[in-house]
Amino acid sequence: MRLDRELACREVVELVTAYLEDDLDAAARERFEEHLVFCDGCENYVEQMRTTIRLTGSVEDELPAELEAKLLEAFRGWRAS
Amino acid sequence: MQHALTQEDARLVEGLRAGDEAAFAALMRTYGPGMLRVAQIYVSSRSVAEEVVQEAWLGVLKGIDRFEGRSSLKTWLFRIVANTAKTRGVREARSVPFSSLADDENDATVPADRFLGDQERFPGHWAVPPHSWAGVPESRLLAKETMDVVRREIERLPAAQRAVLELRDVEGLSATEVCNALDVTETNGRVLLHRARAKVRAALEEYLA
Repeated sequence: MRLDRELACREVVELVTAYLEDDLDAAARERFEEHLVFCDGCENYVEQMRTTIRLTGSVEDELPAELEAKLLEAFRGWRAS
Repeated sequence: MQHALTQEDARLVEGLRAGDEAAFAALMRTYGPGMLRVAQIYVSSRSVAEEVVQEAWLGVLKGIDRFEGRSSLKTWLFRIVANTAKTRGVREARSVPFSSLADDENDATVPADRFLGDQERFPGHWAVPPHSWAGVPESRLLAKETMDVVRREIERLPAAQRAVLELRDVEGLSATEVCNALDVTETNGRVLLHRARAKVRAALEEYLA
């Protein structure tokens, strides 16, 4: 992805995923980072996005016990076959 | 063989092949919850999703001897459950073509009124800038209430966005692995991820304000 001019915050927020996923080319990445240096709002936005990703990664679920039991049973059946 | 496999994965694969229940239980507990969530994206009810997960694991056991480790074990498992669920969704006549969901939104991910209008001196710059969360204590961020906000917002996402977010950010697959598992292009995958993350961020911003 290439960027040709100075970024407005409105554009920065739409590039944040490309930035965090490392999909910007070197020039675009530099321009993006330059913007963050003088823009607290966007710096905060990127920081919030990093925190959002971290919290999403902390979502944890367990399998319902009943399903676990069924799966183990299926495994034993497969092993015996 | 198995150039994409970590040592741990290789050990689990060997365990499964040997019929080792501990290896199976470890895999089931690690990936089962994520597989169930992926299944739910494609089928109509929780109980059907649970059946899909059972069917998928049977497929895993049947296929484990032929698994060559070209993808990571995790990617392989998620691909199996996604395919099983898609097939089941078609049979249920509920299936939504995944690709048609790919980019059904054209709106900006941050509401226009957060930015200055084109008549202003700095058009497109923040009118209502986001605050830093640096001062929010970790205990509050990780509190059950905050995590519930995240969970609820994920559940409200459109199916395709949710699938990509679950695999990328909850399960930690790489962007390429996600696209392989769900059969979407890298560009589509990134757009979906972008929209999904923006919504979860917005929900957190509102909650933490």
